[in-house]
Amino acid sequence: MSIFAIATSVAETAAAHGDEAASAGLPQLDPSSWPSQLFWLAVIFGSLYALMHTRFLPAIGGAIEERRDRIADDLDKASEFKHQAEEAEGAYNQALADAKAKAQGIAAETRGEVDKDIAEMQADTDAALEKQVAAAEARITAMKVDAAAKVHDAAAETARAVVEILLDEAPTSEAAEKAVSNVSNAS
Amino acid sequence: MIDIRAAGPMEQFEILPIIPLDIAGIDISFTNSSLWMLIATGAIVLFFFLATRRAALIPGRVQSAVEVLYEFVSDLVRDTIGSDGRKFFPYVFTLFIFILAANLFGLIPSLPYTPAAMHTFTPTSHLIVTLALAMVTISIVVIYGFWKNGLKFFKLFAPSGLPIYMYVLIVPIEIISFLSRPISLAVRLFANMFAGHIILKLFAGFVVSLLSAGGAVMVFGIAPFLGAIAVTALEFLVAALQAYVFAVLTCIYLSDAAHASDH
Repeated sequence: MSIFAIATSVAETAAAHGDEAASAGLPQLDPSSWPSQLFWLAVIFGSLYALMHTRFLPAIGGAIEERRDRIADDLDKASEFKHQAEEAEGAYNQALADAKAKAQGIAAETRGEVDKDIAEMQADTDAALEKQVAAAEARITAMKVDAAAKVHDAAAETARAVVEILLDEAPTSEAAEKAVSNVSNAS
Repeated sequence: MIDIRAAGPMEQFEILPIIPLDIAGIDISFTNSSLWMLIATGAIVLFFFLATRRAALIPGRVQSAVEVLYEFVSDLVRDTIGSDGRKFFPYVFTLFIFILAANLFGLIPSLPYTPAAMHTFTPTSHLIVTLALAMVTISIVVIYGFWKNGLKFFKLFAPSGLPIYMYVLIVPIEIISFLSRPISLAVRLFANMFAGHIILKLFAGFVVSLLSAGGAVMVFGIAPFLGAIAVTALEFLVAALQAYVFAVLTCIYLSDAAHASDH
């Protein structure tokens, strides 16, 4: 009896009297089904392996790899940009510091010049003013002297006139002057 | 009334031919097991086709999900095997996704009134399937081990740096441990799927029996019904976990093969 014949008869028995076949023993231990199971396992598992190996796994692995590369690339690029930005910031800060220093230099220089100009102008003005003040003072002094002399003369004249009216005798102008001088010296 | 076939916990594991096929006297019929293997694999292929149709720089929802799976297995392979692991990645990935899909699709409840051959079937609940997968793993381990290390592959059984008399004890233990690997690998997955589906079917069977008893007894049907819900949730965990365990152990065995001469 061939294996096929046994299998057929077992299958027929199983189909016809399921309960009896089950009670005959574990279906797992029935060797007649083994060739079929092994054959289809080999065919199906083998096909799945071939598909996985040649198509699906490389595709998935490729996608993952590509993403990883892309992310690494992007990170590299980002760090490069960051580096560039830092360099630019450094250059900017340097330029800013330079400009500040230069501006301060110019300001100091200008301030010095302006101060010098101011000082010069002040000195000039002071000198001119002093000269004017001196001239004015000289004039005042002259006028004072002049005025004092005139007051003296006027006093002497007045004194002579007063004496002439009182004594009906005109003193000499020398005497009047002497008297006024005495009075004004005493006072 | 609900199909009477639902009563037996073992009938869900029966292999029923859908398209009878026979090559050179060997029965290779397209069965319910083949159908659900094909459905699970077809779903994977469709899912991956949609995910990779337009591989975008910024992934969509489906592409993200697939990439998470990819990275998960990729990390597992890299962490366990190291730099040699890259060439095993497609195999480990296919193994993981295939077992995961087969386990999960087996948890879909069967529609009532569908023919028995169309009922939901878990291909990984059959020892021959898990054993075949385990043997593929072990074959790769042995072939790659000898190709990479030559006869130094045998150092796997005799780790260096032990006192000489210890080898009398260690070598037989290591050989037995190595030989039991494919069996433990296969039985672990098979037994988890098998036991989980039996428990599910038992709980479901209780519900049906209590409901068909009629009257006040029907109220007690709520307990196994809640049990079936809880076990279904647990089975989802087991389905994912066993796929992961199979992949992890495959990686560990491959790592042994890759680094046998380092011992």
